[in-house]
Amino acid sequence: MSKPDKGGDCDEALRTLYYFLDGELTEERRRAIQHHLDECSPCLEAFDFEAELKMAIARCCRDQVPDGLRQRVAEVLAKASDPPPKLV
Amino acid sequence: MADQAQFAELAMEHMGSLYSAALRMTRNPSDAEDLVQETYLKAYRAFGSFKEGTNLKAWLYRILTNTFINSYRARKRRPEQTDIDDVEDLYLYRRLGGLEAVSAGRSAEEEVLEHFTESDVKEAVEALPEQFRLAVLLADVEGFSYKEIADILDIPIGTVMSRLHRGRKALQKTLHEFGMERGLVTPAVDAP
Repeated sequence: MSKPDKGGDCDEALRTLYYFLDGELTEERRRAIQHHLDECSPCLEAFDFEAELKMAIARCCRDQVPDGLRQRVAEVLAKASDPPPKLV
Repeated sequence: MADQAQFAELAMEHMGSLYSAALRMTRNPSDAEDLVQETYLKAYRAFGSFKEGTNLKAWLYRILTNTFINSYRARKRRPEQTDIDDVEDLYLYRRLGGLEAVSAGRSAEEEVLEHFTESDVKEAVEALPEQFRLAVLLADVEGFSYKEIADILDIPIGTVMSRLHRGRKALQKTLHEFGMERGLVTPAVDAP
């Protein structure tokens, strides 16, 4: 009666998919999900897809710092660290 | 207490990710440069209050985000509306047909990236309503934990999770639309 059915395990895995990918599960729950993924290829595929999408988003959103910005910031900081001019 | 003289040495290495985030936030290279410069100046001045041994990158992001929210974003008070209530989980995956990819021996990564260009992904992120955009940037691009994102945005962890969830759905829907426009995604039989 109380035997966990496969459908229930899949629902649980998919519900925690992003928490798993974001590294937000406890070790115990992470292991339980990992165990399910080892046994269930449809879930594994969905997890792989979402993991790759997450990595693709990260990769695509990396931009080169424009020439001159480093220099500009360095100058602004140097100026900010100058002692205030003496009044007398 | 942190020493201001150390600031440049420690903080400059994060400029690449701060600039990338600033660009997604402002959607404009010149505003992004100004935002980064202002962030470094504020951080430098406040560096005395940075607790050594805590996460400098998260601290810089907090300043970046606050500066953006206070000075750069459009002065909109009402939250932007997005039509994502009808977007189910695994929206893209269900439309791109992962099963076929595996049987054809292609990797999930090839599967994901052949449907969109890099600029599609950037544009889709930039098209997200601001609250969702910040959550997705911090989690997916920068890899901050929910707790760190909650601290950076000054919101409860539950709110971080709900913004991320909704943001990811909206992002998948937009990516799907871009893919369809380019003809890189073919309409699935069960797609609306």
